[in-house]
Amino acid sequence: MFTNNQTKLITMIKHFISLEWKQYFRSSYWQKSIALNILLVFFALYFVVMFLGLGFGLLFIIKKTFPEQDAFVVANGFLFYWIVVDLALRFFLQKLPVMSVKPLLTLPIKRFTVVNYVLGKSALSFFNFLPLFAIIPFSIMLMGDGYEASLILPWMFTMIIIVLIINFLNFIIEAFSAEKELSFLPMIVFVGALVALDYFEVLPMTSLIGDGLINIANNPIFILIPITILLLCYGYNYKILKAKLFLDSSLKSKVTEVKSADLSWTNRFGDIAPFMKLDLKLIWRNKRTKSMAMLLVIGLLYGLFFYPQPMYRDMEFMFAFIGVFSTGFFLINFGQFIPAWDSGYYKMLMSQNIKYEQYLRSKFILMIMSVVILFILGIPYVYFGWKILIAHFAAAIYNVGVNSHVILYGGSFNRKKIDLDKKAAFNYQGTGAVQWLIGIPLMIIPMALFGVTNWLVGFEAAIAILLILGITGIVLHKKLIKLITQKYLDSKYKMIDAFSQDN
Amino acid sequence: MIYTKDLSKAYNGVNVLNIEELSIPKGQSFGLVGNNGAGKTTYFSLLLDLIKPTTGNITNNNIVVNESEAWKPFTSSFIDESFLIGYLTPEEYFYFIGDLRGQNKADVDTLISKFEDFFNGEIIGKKKYLRDLSKGNQKKAGIVAALIGNPEVIILDEPFANLDPTTQIRLKQILKDLAEKQGVTVLISSHDLMHVTDVCERIVVLEKGNMIKDLETNPATLKALETHFANGAFATQEEE
Repeated sequence: MFTNNQTKLITMIKHFISLEWKQYFRSSYWQKSIALNILLVFFALYFVVMFLGLGFGLLFIIKKTFPEQDAFVVANGFLFYWIVVDLALRFFLQKLPVMSVKPLLTLPIKRFTVVNYVLGKSALSFFNFLPLFAIIPFSIMLMGDGYEASLILPWMFTMIIIVLIINFLNFIIEAFSAEKELSFLPMIVFVGALVALDYFEVLPMTSLIGDGLINIANNPIFILIPITILLLCYGYNYKILKAKLFLDSSLKSKVTEVKSADLSWTNRFGDIAPFMKLDLKLIWRNKRTKSMAMLLVIGLLYGLFFYPQPMYRDMEFMFAFIGVFSTGFFLINFGQFIPAWDSGYYKMLMSQNIKYEQYLRSKFILMIMSVVILFILGIPYVYFGWKILIAHFAAAIYNVGVNSHVILYGGSFNRKKIDLDKKAAFNYQGTGAVQWLIGIPLMIIPMALFGVTNWLVGFEAAIAILLILGITGIVLHKKLIKLITQKYLDSKYKMIDAFSQDN
Repeated sequence: MIYTKDLSKAYNGVNVLNIEELSIPKGQSFGLVGNNGAGKTTYFSLLLDLIKPTTGNITNNNIVVNESEAWKPFTSSFIDESFLIGYLTPEEYFYFIGDLRGQNKADVDTLISKFEDFFNGEIIGKKKYLRDLSKGNQKKAGIVAALIGNPEVIILDEPFANLDPTTQIRLKQILKDLAEKQGVTVLISSHDLMHVTDVCERIVVLEKGNMIKDLETNPATLKALETHFANGAFATQEEE
């Protein structure tokens, strides 16, 4: 039935799958974070339901909103925005599957197989299945509404192809951004350019894509165009990955000249100064941490997505959310990986003459400084109303007093090693969906507290609640940090053990 | 200086280390040899309180290591590259360790200047991160960092592996001086019987977690060890 080569390929792929299965389930991370995995599954289910709802409901929504127009044409008119949003979201949430290739390179496995396997696997990502839950029901509804199957089916297949195009396009952009200092810049430029082209009517992307799809629906032969684009994207990904698949790229270390900055100002912090210097170097000298620091800009400007629109200016509970998010952006991103940032040399730290409390306090002060700086830089938000500034202030205090301690405490449950030095191919060392999940309670709780009090009592009381909680945390800081230190000491052996595992 | 009593470590019920009693006096240079899985690194990890003993304990200068941290100021170690901080330059790493051990920049500089030969001009002033150095040079930096702050106990796991011959010879001299002239207790493990017999006054052989030989080094020791391990290899072949 199969030729010899095909059988070989299939066995190879079976091996790969079993390797990954083992890697996943045998890692200490899996065993320690079942709760997190369950949470992820719930989120996935939630989105599936949302998309199903969208798929079945969209036709009615369109008919209601645009009763004069053809629903199919209207839907296609929105596709451009779908594509742009999908692309942008994937950039932050979806990463190319990671595979440790070095051990495979010396074995008799064709590079062709490895690359195609990784790319093929990426096509099976949840992000590609999710849109199907909207696309397929929507197509069914359209056909039920009297549209010809010969029109809708080609459209449906084109949509699936577009989803895959987005999938591979995202990896191309990520490959570019992995080499840049400002890792999210290529994405912003790309999406920005698309939107700008459309907005200034240089290239009317909205109608171009909409009309294109309608044309394909009418003349299915045009489906060859998206297929060609998909093949080109795939081919380009193949080229990028294959180039990375040589041992030199992981063996030959790019030697970077050290740029050292004068960090003597940290000396005023006394006994925690050595750790602060270390943390600052950690952030500045590793790609992953550096791009995280760069993301601060996004955190800072986050309010601009909302405040310019009068709609949000009336939703006062949003002030607390945006306040916590924008002043706590660094806190959440940096804090949740304490102490995993130091996992590479954790054994050394533990055998050194250090006081755990100093080590944690250094991280704490760094986070607090970031909150203060972000708050100060965010003062111009007062332009949108003084209430916003006050809410941001209260949120900043809440971040300092409550979230900082919560996230440090949470760190003691950290069991996943971060490999800062990793240069292996396929590893863009990015952040996945999980990272954002952890931040949710940190933002939702203050937002809920603020929102409910604001609704029941009033704005002043809502501000007061955040302030009181924050100040309580600050007053209790000494006690809390003792408690947290104890927690870290208690899980010392477990952390050392987990951090010395590779996955 | 270091006293081990009824120490055992088991993983899932399997004993990987079992030492009834072992006493290492101050200023002794102590060598641990054994095949893979003999328990050398396990013993050092227990000594540094990186893993928890199943039974018994180790006392370092009258301090029970898994109960108090007071042994840390006078104990230093280099077990593997995971003791290095990849994104620092060697100098920065030395200063960081110095900071932790209460040594200022000048103290650290004085110490490092003594190792110019050992570094062979490949470590200091190169403006390279530790992660970009070769394995051998990383090891050199790690070993010297373990000497910062006048420790009384130094623990080195496989210090000779990955080093070039010249550096191996220099390292042997450094280790001998530490024990003989400065009264430092030096604990090393190695697969290289010749190096261990050169450096150590006393050699303990571990096999499958048990101490099976405890030798004072004399001119016949190397021969004895070689015979022991040759027979061991023969025995395992027979078992198969």
